[in-house]
Amino acid sequence: MIDAYKRLMNIEEPPAPKTAKGFFTDTSLCIGCKACEVACKQWNQLPADGFAMTGNSYDNTGTLGATTWRHVQFIEQAKANGHGLEQRWLMMSDVCKHCANAACLEACPTGALVRTEYGTVYVQQDVCNGCGFCVPACPFGVIDRTPTDGHFEAGTAHKCTLCYDRLKDDMTPACAKSCPTASIQFGDIDELRERARRRLGELQARGESTARLYGMPESTEAQEVGPLHAFFLLLDEPEKYNLPSIPRLPRKTMAERYGWSAFVGVGFALVAAVVFGGRR
Amino acid sequence: MGSNMAENHPVGFRWPMKAKERGSTLIHVDPRFSRTSAVADLYVPIRPGSDIAFLGGLINYVLTHERWFKEYVLAYTNASSLVSDDYVDAEDNGGLFSGYDPKSSSYDNASWAYAGMGPAKQGPARDETLQHPRSVFQILKRHYARYTPQMVERVCGTPPPLFLQVADVLARNSGRERTSAICYAVGWTQQSYGAQIIRAAGILQLLLGNIGRPGGGIMALRGHASIQGSTDVPTLFDLLPGYLPHPAAFKGDDTLERYMRESAVRGGYWSNLPKFMVSLLKAWYGDAASSENEFGYQWIPKLTGDHSHVSTSAAMADGKVKGFVVFGQNPANGSPNSGLQRRALTRLDWMVAIDLYETETAAFWYAAPEGWKPADIKTEVFLLPTAGPPEKEGTFTNTQRLLQFHDKAVDPPGDARSDLWYVYHLGRRLKDLYRGSTNPRDQGLLNLTWDYLPERPDPQWRIKDEPSDEKVLMEVNGYTVADRKQLPDFEQLKADGSTACGVWIYSGVFPGPGKNMARRRNRTPDNDVDPEWGFAWPGNRRILYNRASADPAGRPWSERKKYVWWDAAVGRWTGKDVPDFPVKKAPGTPAKEQGSGIDLHSGSDPFTLKADGRGWLFAPSGLKDGPLPTHYEPLESPLSNALYQRQDSPVAKRFSRKDNAISPPGDPRYPFIVTTYRVTEHYTSGVMSRWNGWLSELMPEMFAEISPELAGEKGIANLDWITVSTPRNQIECKALVTRRMRPLRHDGRLIHTVGLPYHWGYKGLVKGAMANDLVALSEEPNVYIQEDKAMTCNIRKGRLR
Amino acid sequence: MAVERKGGLRPGMLSRLGMAPQPMSRESVEKKPRIRDADKAVPSVCPYCAVGCSQLVYVKDRRIIDIEGNPQSPINEGTLCPKGASTYQYLVNPNRLSTVRYRAPHSDHWEDRPLDWAMDRIARLIKETRDASFVERTADGKLVNQTTAIATLGGATMDIEENYLIKKLFSGGLGVVSIENQARI
Repeated sequence: MIDAYKRLMNIEEPPAPKTAKGFFTDTSLCIGCKACEVACKQWNQLPADGFAMTGNSYDNTGTLGATTWRHVQFIEQAKANGHGLEQRWLMMSDVCKHCANAACLEACPTGALVRTEYGTVYVQQDVCNGCGFCVPACPFGVIDRTPTDGHFEAGTAHKCTLCYDRLKDDMTPACAKSCPTASIQFGDIDELRERARRRLGELQARGESTARLYGMPESTEAQEVGPLHAFFLLLDEPEKYNLPSIPRLPRKTMAERYGWSAFVGVGFALVAAVVFGGRR
Repeated sequence: MGSNMAENHPVGFRWPMKAKERGSTLIHVDPRFSRTSAVADLYVPIRPGSDIAFLGGLINYVLTHERWFKEYVLAYTNASSLVSDDYVDAEDNGGLFSGYDPKSSSYDNASWAYAGMGPAKQGPARDETLQHPRSVFQILKRHYARYTPQMVERVCGTPPPLFLQVADVLARNSGRERTSAICYAVGWTQQSYGAQIIRAAGILQLLLGNIGRPGGGIMALRGHASIQGSTDVPTLFDLLPGYLPHPAAFKGDDTLERYMRESAVRGGYWSNLPKFMVSLLKAWYGDAASSENEFGYQWIPKLTGDHSHVSTSAAMADGKVKGFVVFGQNPANGSPNSGLQRRALTRLDWMVAIDLYETETAAFWYAAPEGWKPADIKTEVFLLPTAGPPEKEGTFTNTQRLLQFHDKAVDPPGDARSDLWYVYHLGRRLKDLYRGSTNPRDQGLLNLTWDYLPERPDPQWRIKDEPSDEKVLMEVNGYTVADRKQLPDFEQLKADGSTACGVWIYSGVFPGPGKNMARRRNRTPDNDVDPEWGFAWPGNRRILYNRASADPAGRPWSERKKYVWWDAAVGRWTGKDVPDFPVKKAPGTPAKEQGSGIDLHSGSDPFTLKADGRGWLFAPSGLKDGPLPTHYEPLESPLSNALYQRQDSPVAKRFSRKDNAISPPGDPRYPFIVTTYRVTEHYTSGVMSRWNGWLSELMPEMFAEISPELAGEKGIANLDWITVSTPRNQIECKALVTRRMRPLRHDGRLIHTVGLPYHWGYKGLVKGAMANDLVALSEEPNVYIQEDKAMTCNIRKGRLR
Repeated sequence: MAVERKGGLRPGMLSRLGMAPQPMSRESVEKKPRIRDADKAVPSVCPYCAVGCSQLVYVKDRRIIDIEGNPQSPINEGTLCPKGASTYQYLVNPNRLSTVRYRAPHSDHWEDRPLDWAMDRIARLIKETRDASFVERTADGKLVNQTTAIATLGGATMDIEENYLIKKLFSGGLGVVSIENQARI
């Protein structure tokens, strides 16, 4: 009976686990060239999202989305010092975190979102029915459904696959391969974490006092979502990079969101009452 | 300096980033805080156009603080040479050197020569103590004495503590044990004294002992896949292949013999020029080139003036050019004063544009912002579709003089053909059209060797009449005329017509049938020079003048910086690289009293292309705008020259015409500096990026970068439309208000800079205003490049209309 | 679970779903990189800036299916910048020209023309303009054998062999002096 169901649904046995893979994105090496964004779109044949300038530094991509799986953020900082201006221009290539406790995966009712043999989180396009439950579940706002632009089956959910197809042939994911300055490093997750800890030590020794790792097993941000398979070395607080200081799993965040919308809804009602009331 | 390497050469920047991780100090001196500045250890702001003042300041610092590399400078530079009694320095003459003729705005450089250089051409008189007042060293010291940190601050706007930090880091990281490199790009060359800025860096690097050594040098970061190749194998009016000067009527080159005088004038390795020239003529005209007809020398046209792109554009606008062939270039958008460029295209009888996409240049007759009626434009236009690199075989020369061959992967689509196909088949057709002509003027074309079709076409390709790229490369390499054997290198070239060679500096790239060295892709794990990857000209040398990496006795300056050295046991130069020196000439070899060329050099004179074998701190010849770099203001500047009475370059060419007005210094109508540049996400005028959605979405719209201070002054908010104007034109774009643009203080006055990328146009997936509409036609006197890195403009809030 | 534990999962940390691979669809199981079946990987050089990054052009059924950095290269070691990484779309692009476009004098539209026709017409125009403008000697009698009525522009994005033939034909063959390229800009 179960076998027949599996055949009907085209479901295979789980693959044998392999060494877990991941990304270590070291923002101290990022030059903001966006090679990762383009290499990702090239390999995955993703379309451009639109042609509008945001005015937010050199970031015209805005966010990760259904057809943008790497996104480079630009954060301009400046403060006056003795003889001029002390400036930083932080750059960071953001990506799906491939959480150990992946909320998207938990929210997915169809089994489209799966944990792969490499420990990564993957959306099976032939299974996804576009219900969209995964979208609000993600605490990082990563996964998204396609707009009806005709590129993908409209409405299905998409995000970084950590180049699942390339991993099968031991190939480096497209973004990490292209990165000219090794800001995006790909490899065995254990080795990457060791490397990240060493790197943090080096930077701190050089006086980079604000450097920190984000998404390590020992990091506070792992308390709900677990360690991230795509983790980061940051040069400032996570919030500066639009990363939640403590990413929350959906049950809690959803409740908060509902709470907020209720609150905002009441607010709107009040404003409307005043405005329209005033007109009368 | 003068380069935004992280943005414009991101993969090249991989290596400075690695060096930084290994402890190198990365300094970025630039008017804008860019992505390069963001990762540099030290960002140093500078006013556009003030680079010579900054570098002059560094030279002065190195000299006055005794930080120069004494043994290197004494042995390898012309510091000790004495200069003619008639020489007057700019320092003593209001900013002009001796020999200036205001009527022709040009210099006679006779007085800049070394003392003691009579017609017999014995070596220059020298004073090894460097104390003689007319020694190059003392002249240099005096010339830069006023380039103090305070003067640097006044001219460049750079705070003295930052400037001194740069000076100290450079000096500390130079010498026997360490070397420092300077990288530049068009941030330097696109100024009215661009060559002199590079010269200033050359002087600094010679004083610090950073030339000819690993980790040293001055790196030109060039902007196109084979722009180095198109300079070496020049599609440039003033050169023949391999930097042979193009014969010119005004130089008196009326016979081959008179043309050859240049070899004696230049001396050094250039004394071989007759061999290179005759071999070139043999390659072009084959059997028709003989000693009886000057090897066909008269079939090569003689220059009658300045035929550069900028000058030709002006002539075209005046209706003097009738036909125009454009290969993968886009003057209607990418060239200075592009409005004038577009008008010039309307004056042509015909134009051929060859590209992968429809360019602004091809579409000028219906899509230009001027809104012309096509019916009013006579120009007959051909737009020919061409192939991309993987659709043809061929060689690119990269910015390190490295030749790399690319294989063909697929046929180009439809009727698209390689540029090689177009030129070859045009040549074939023209030869047919002229067949039988006995008119002397047509004999060059009829005798041109033009046998490039392969023995049999490669059956895997659809296009059967594609010329053989490797046949062309074999001609470039050179061969013996009698038995048509490929030459191993340029040392074998002869001036008697027995050898043919298309590009002497490339000789060695194809030394035998099937031996295409540019196609080599072998790594050499035990040698970080990787000598078997591609082929570097000349003769696969990766660092020029690398004899200087060893001391005068031929020993490496230090173990850390070991590169090329004299192996006394076997009696030859050896090392990681091909020695750029006669391989058996021992370090102690004295210079010959008689003879020519490098015979006049000793075994410790590394600069073999120079007549005296030395690195030139002072340039006794070769430059049209002075023997020493001198600070002038850009042709357009809000400031007066703080160093000299002379405001701007006395010899730069302005094109004074109604459609090319240049604002006078301090013009209150144009109070701000404007500079143009590229961003990572696009490529020059956009033909290779704005048809590409992946790149276009990353930088979709034209913008101007301005500081919050300037924005505040003008009531402009981020993303507001603004209009930027110069006397040439005005354009509209969005404002990107950012702290990365900093106003600088000069004599108490705040000077603002407006930054404009120049990637947009009126064709492509994304469109926008063209920054080059604002740029003036002008020419640096040595290399004829326009000034667009420092101009003046005004801005206002709001759109054009 | 085992895989993640090795990665340092601390006791007490939640891992409700675990790290074990899950059942997948046949399509997912059979997923493979498209270049696994490429007919060839052809060495090329990036067409953009002058750094000279090596690329590998993957071809299947005479079509380009992927372009990536060549890891062998001492220059780029497999990496590329965004422009280099977009080379695929530079070549495989619906906006690319594949026919000869011709605009007659005073016409308001492009028309497609055969390649041979265009080549013949261009050769004739070059000859007409050259013959009408050729100067053998200047007013003061100097032999110059030149024409300034024809100019060429371009070469920096092209192969050295192409530059060589442009110079040879237009200068050495036709007497054109204004032969220029981007290096001047």
